[in-house]
Amino acid sequence: MGSVGEQVGSAGLIELYRCMVRIRSFEEHAHKTFLKGGMPGFLHLYSGEEAIAAGVMDVLAPDDYIVTSHRGHGHLLARGGDPKRMFAELYGRVDGYCRGKGGSMHIADMGHGMLGANGIVGAAVNIGTGAAFACKYRGDRRVSVAFFGDGSTNRGTFHEALNLAAIWELPAIYILENNHYGVANPQSDHTKLKDLADRAAAYGFPGVVVDGNDVLAVRAAAAEAVERARQGGGPTLIEAKTWRHWGHFIGDSAKYRDPVEHQSWLDRDPIPAFGKVLVAKGVATEAELQAIGEEVEAEMDAAIEYGRQSPFPDVSELTMDVYVGDPQGTSAGGRS
Amino acid sequence: MTDIKPRTINYMQAVAEALILEMRRDPDIYIAGEDVGKFGGSFGVTGPVYKEFGATRVLDTPISETAIIGTAVGAAAAGLRPVVEILFVDFLPIAGDELFNQAAKIHYMFGGQVDCPIVVRTAMGAGIGAAAHHSQSLEALVCHIPGLITIAPATPYDAKGLLIAAIRDNNPVVFLEHKLLYAAKGEVPEGDYVIPIGKADVKREGADVTLICYSAMVRQCLASAEALAAEGISAEVLDLRTLVPLDKEAILASVRKTGRAVIVHEACQTGGFGGEIAAVIADQAFGSLKAPVKRVAGPDTPVPFSPALEAEFIVNAEKITAAVKALFAE
Repeated sequence: MGSVGEQVGSAGLIELYRCMVRIRSFEEHAHKTFLKGGMPGFLHLYSGEEAIAAGVMDVLAPDDYIVTSHRGHGHLLARGGDPKRMFAELYGRVDGYCRGKGGSMHIADMGHGMLGANGIVGAAVNIGTGAAFACKYRGDRRVSVAFFGDGSTNRGTFHEALNLAAIWELPAIYILENNHYGVANPQSDHTKLKDLADRAAAYGFPGVVVDGNDVLAVRAAAAEAVERARQGGGPTLIEAKTWRHWGHFIGDSAKYRDPVEHQSWLDRDPIPAFGKVLVAKGVATEAELQAIGEEVEAEMDAAIEYGRQSPFPDVSELTMDVYVGDPQGTSAGGRS
Repeated sequence: MTDIKPRTINYMQAVAEALILEMRRDPDIYIAGEDVGKFGGSFGVTGPVYKEFGATRVLDTPISETAIIGTAVGAAAAGLRPVVEILFVDFLPIAGDELFNQAAKIHYMFGGQVDCPIVVRTAMGAGIGAAAHHSQSLEALVCHIPGLITIAPATPYDAKGLLIAAIRDNNPVVFLEHKLLYAAKGEVPEGDYVIPIGKADVKREGADVTLICYSAMVRQCLASAEALAAEGISAEVLDLRTLVPLDKEAILASVRKTGRAVIVHEACQTGGFGGEIAAVIADQAFGSLKAPVKRVAGPDTPVPFSPALEAEFIVNAEKITAAVKALFAE
């Protein structure tokens, strides 16, 4: 914790810690409930990657845009999303962000400039680039941040979007959350590159590697990229190296990972690591951190219960919002 | 009184005029596509638009269909109104995710929070010797995806009024311009006007049979109707103009009147949009039918290169006339 930690200040540091704890607690509440059979669909947990969402979101302005992937709960929570409405969406209930139509993989929250999680690997890269174009077109000094995984970088959409962002000099920040597996396919099998940030060189803008389990390192890299984008300096690709604590989705036991390597990453869990820093620097006591954990547990207990209690949408909503307005001649509807 | 002379322009000029008028009205509209700017568009459509608005609003892109539509989705979600060009409809499937999974679905899957007001202009159809990768009619693919609107105008007047409507609509629209129609001339008012999306147009009235068509096939149906008239058959030509949403009422009203329906499209027959139209008629106008519903469509082949084969591929007035006459012979 060097100069950046001093810039953030004690209160800010504790908020970063709280942010990560809230994400972990949200995910583990969903995990436990899902394993008991209490939640439909399937879930991709962000546990282990919290430092990235927390660090990046801390340097964004309220009117910036973010777009994310199927593993997107953490991004919306860090952005200020309401866990009650998120859990309602995970349950497919009408009080969810998308009235239950999107589920875990498709949560959007326009109120926080969150243009959606996405079920298609890599789609966020292009959509985030388009939002960055809107920022530049209007000249409003906003930026757009796309979050995606290492698997996305092998999709054509990634390459087309980054190239376009480069030549149009867009205020786009690409956060590559490298958890080292595209589903079960290890990085060593899906690319010859050691550092995926090297791909930025192909488009002529900076690519930065950062420890994705170090919230302050992520924050510092993001701050620099965001500032460059706001000043008209164009895009940045940040590769944050991290690790999923669980499989690709709940139910994937991830036996394809080396247990020794897995344990070495668990030992570098970003939350206790940052907690130790805070205690060592006298920012917080063990008891204070424990109190944060307890507060957050209570918050998420209540949030998941809110989601569970929310009613299902009326079946008439099946055909609602297919179109804006209500075009005749289709079996679909708008919202009349 | 001023003497207002009818003004005749071509289909390409009508499209450009719609773009220019809308871009003057709304600064949130931008155009992006391959060579739409400095080069003026590969078919020459956007040249006059670039001349007026320049590179900040008419943006040349790399050959990156995925990025053209994908960034349009993001820009639309962030409040802009992109009007992007995919040079040939054959290239639309390259951006299949961005169009079919993203643009079409974000309003629905995000519970109505996000609108996606995009227009994708693209050139369709055979007839210029461009073979299998630059000649298809892929409207049925687009029509199958809920959330998209599909428009395929046949005349300069319809092209201008429908493109203005498409740009003002808050849904993603695929706007199909037939490349053989770009030079077609017709009367077009100078100012802005809107043709409502989802409204068919009777291009010729008739009593004995309804020819249901769109895009370049409207001309072929009109020529066929003329030939049929000489043989004592009165054919009505119904131009759908919009495929989704489909003007079922206009189809049913015409078929109930004539009792016979021949559906004409250039696209391959199997899985073509004609099957949907036939099903609507069978379902809701069966009692009015005096003869089976017929389709005159392209064969189930890729579009061939050889001029002899391409001419055989394309539906024309003679084939339509033969199909109608067979109906009366049955």
